[in-house]
Amino acid sequence: MTIRALRRNRRRQENAPSALPAQPAVAPEAAAVPTGAIVPLDIAPGDPLLAYLQANQSSVIDVQRLTLDSDGVRALRAAGVRLALPLVSQGELVGLINLGQRLSEQDYSSDDRRLLGNLATQAAPAVRVAQLVRQQQEEALERQRIEQELRVARLIQQFLLPKSVPDIAGWEVTAYYQPARAVGGDFYDFISFPDGRIAFVIGDVTDKGVPAALVMATTRTLLRSAAERLVSPGAVLEETNNQLVENIPPKMFVTCLYALLDPASGRLVFANAGHDVPYRRTRAGVVELRARGMPLGLLPNMHYEQHEVTLETGDCVLLYSDGLVEAHSPTREMFGFPRLQAMMGEPVDGNLVPFLLDRLRAFTGPQWEQEDDVTIVLLGSRPGGNGAGEPEERRKVLARFELPSRPGNERLAMQQVAEVVAPLGLAQGKLDRLKTAVAEATMNGMEHGNRYDEDIPVLIEVARETDDLTISITDRGLKQPIPEAATPDLTAKLAGQQSPRGWGLFLIQNMVDEMHVTADEVHHTVNLVVHLTEGAQRGTTE
Amino acid sequence: MEPQSDSFRVQVRRRDGLAVLDLFGDIDGFADVALDAAYSEAEAFATPTIMLHFGNVGYINSTGIALIVGLLARARKTQRRLVTCGLSEHYREIFNITRLSDFMTVYADEESALREVAVA
Repeated sequence: MTIRALRRNRRRQENAPSALPAQPAVAPEAAAVPTGAIVPLDIAPGDPLLAYLQANQSSVIDVQRLTLDSDGVRALRAAGVRLALPLVSQGELVGLINLGQRLSEQDYSSDDRRLLGNLATQAAPAVRVAQLVRQQQEEALERQRIEQELRVARLIQQFLLPKSVPDIAGWEVTAYYQPARAVGGDFYDFISFPDGRIAFVIGDVTDKGVPAALVMATTRTLLRSAAERLVSPGAVLEETNNQLVENIPPKMFVTCLYALLDPASGRLVFANAGHDVPYRRTRAGVVELRARGMPLGLLPNMHYEQHEVTLETGDCVLLYSDGLVEAHSPTREMFGFPRLQAMMGEPVDGNLVPFLLDRLRAFTGPQWEQEDDVTIVLLGSRPGGNGAGEPEERRKVLARFELPSRPGNERLAMQQVAEVVAPLGLAQGKLDRLKTAVAEATMNGMEHGNRYDEDIPVLIEVARETDDLTISITDRGLKQPIPEAATPDLTAKLAGQQSPRGWGLFLIQNMVDEMHVTADEVHHTVNLVVHLTEGAQRGTTE
Repeated sequence: MEPQSDSFRVQVRRRDGLAVLDLFGDIDGFADVALDAAYSEAEAFATPTIMLHFGNVGYINSTGIALIVGLLARARKTQRRLVTCGLSEHYREIFNITRLSDFMTVYADEESALREVAVA
């Protein structure tokens, strides 16, 4: 005789129907069921049979005589079940022994029924124990599966994260990465280019575990691929976004900051796809490096603002993930951006990263259960750097002066810059072009930035950086953006369809080797760069 | 003529078939009124070609470029030809970059302009 027990617990009784395997029987209504077959039976959670079985523990129930209006009873009968013995352990129905007709085709005797009743009484706790063991085994397997998944996620992340930080003369790079137990989607990367520039990337994928790790791996590959072909950080993010948006699972996206450093000049050009805003620490204080842009993978054809700053000796830039600013104290207070910004401004003897981590640990307390990955990348211009990499030696300010924002003062700017750069012996053509660019940029600053308010000066700095001459012209344009330099449509202007004006930025861009615009909350700075080396000179008449 | 700025003045003359504007000083926003008035004066000569003589101009900024664009548009509207001479090498480059030289012939000097205009 085969006994099949119904494994059932309270939760499953409440939530879902369950299969009831039955002993095959040679009953008239179940003649089609072959001997030895196991017939699964479903008893719905609300079926009155369950309550009946629960209430009649240790009873031998003659299924044919049951008068319940129950689909379960009908199913038992259809399967040829003659006797059913509820297995009840500690008040809980844990199974059912179902018997079909005896093979001898005799009725079950009273001895049979007594024996079966005793058997059910003794089998019930054993079945319950077996169920608990199986449940524990299943839970252990599930835990193992989760642990295995986390191991895979960690492996992917650790394999793809840089094994070391770049060694750049005159610069110090520090990276810190601490995954949360659940392994978030943080990543960072360094991409070196043949001309010496280095891209710093930090990102965070929504979700955790293997899905986040796989999206992180994809994003990293796409970023590197785009960076091979494109120079500007904004374009790299734009290209990566367009590729990622077609390949990312629904409801996932990636925040990412991409910053390109020219170690020779300290110029840092950056774009941001919705990542936490980096901080720049300067002698004057700590400022945010803002650039707008949507996270990657949400919508196609997104534009990413690009800004740039020139890092001075002793400056540093902190890239970080939300695991840092969203860490909680034991009283559930959040670490937060203002606290981080304030800490950045504190005098620190040595590297800022250990200092920040000490403060973080003090804030969260020793029992902190880290909610999310914490990633920090610090880029610092080293005061004690050596050789050509030392910014102080690389960059020499030749002059710095102010001019009131008064119409016509651009000619003063032009003349003063010409006097400052005279010792450099620029060819006449190059000097003329520089003068025009300086005049135009100064005029723009006075007119559009400072609105010809004579109390607000434009600041002009002339600096030599290795083989570059850089004229930086700063106004107080607040948040008013400087438009992109576009080629004016002369035909439309001559036809009266456009204003005859609008030549300034176009002229500036064509008069110097490079033009870069940077901005903070208050200022615009236009940097005019002239290459001093022969090889980098423009091929125009001198 | 309208009052002129300290740094800019114009003389208008006629030579053979040309009306010539001799420009002196800096061409920037301050030159607007004077340049406009001088051009009107040159138009009165009713020559088919008007020449801007830049031989004594030291500085032209983007607003000055816009003024020249305005004169060029005005000339085209009245079917006149606007030509230039006396531009320094730097401003010849700017006229090339801005494509102004596509719409107004840039002569090296007044004599070259006269020769070609006479032939035309």
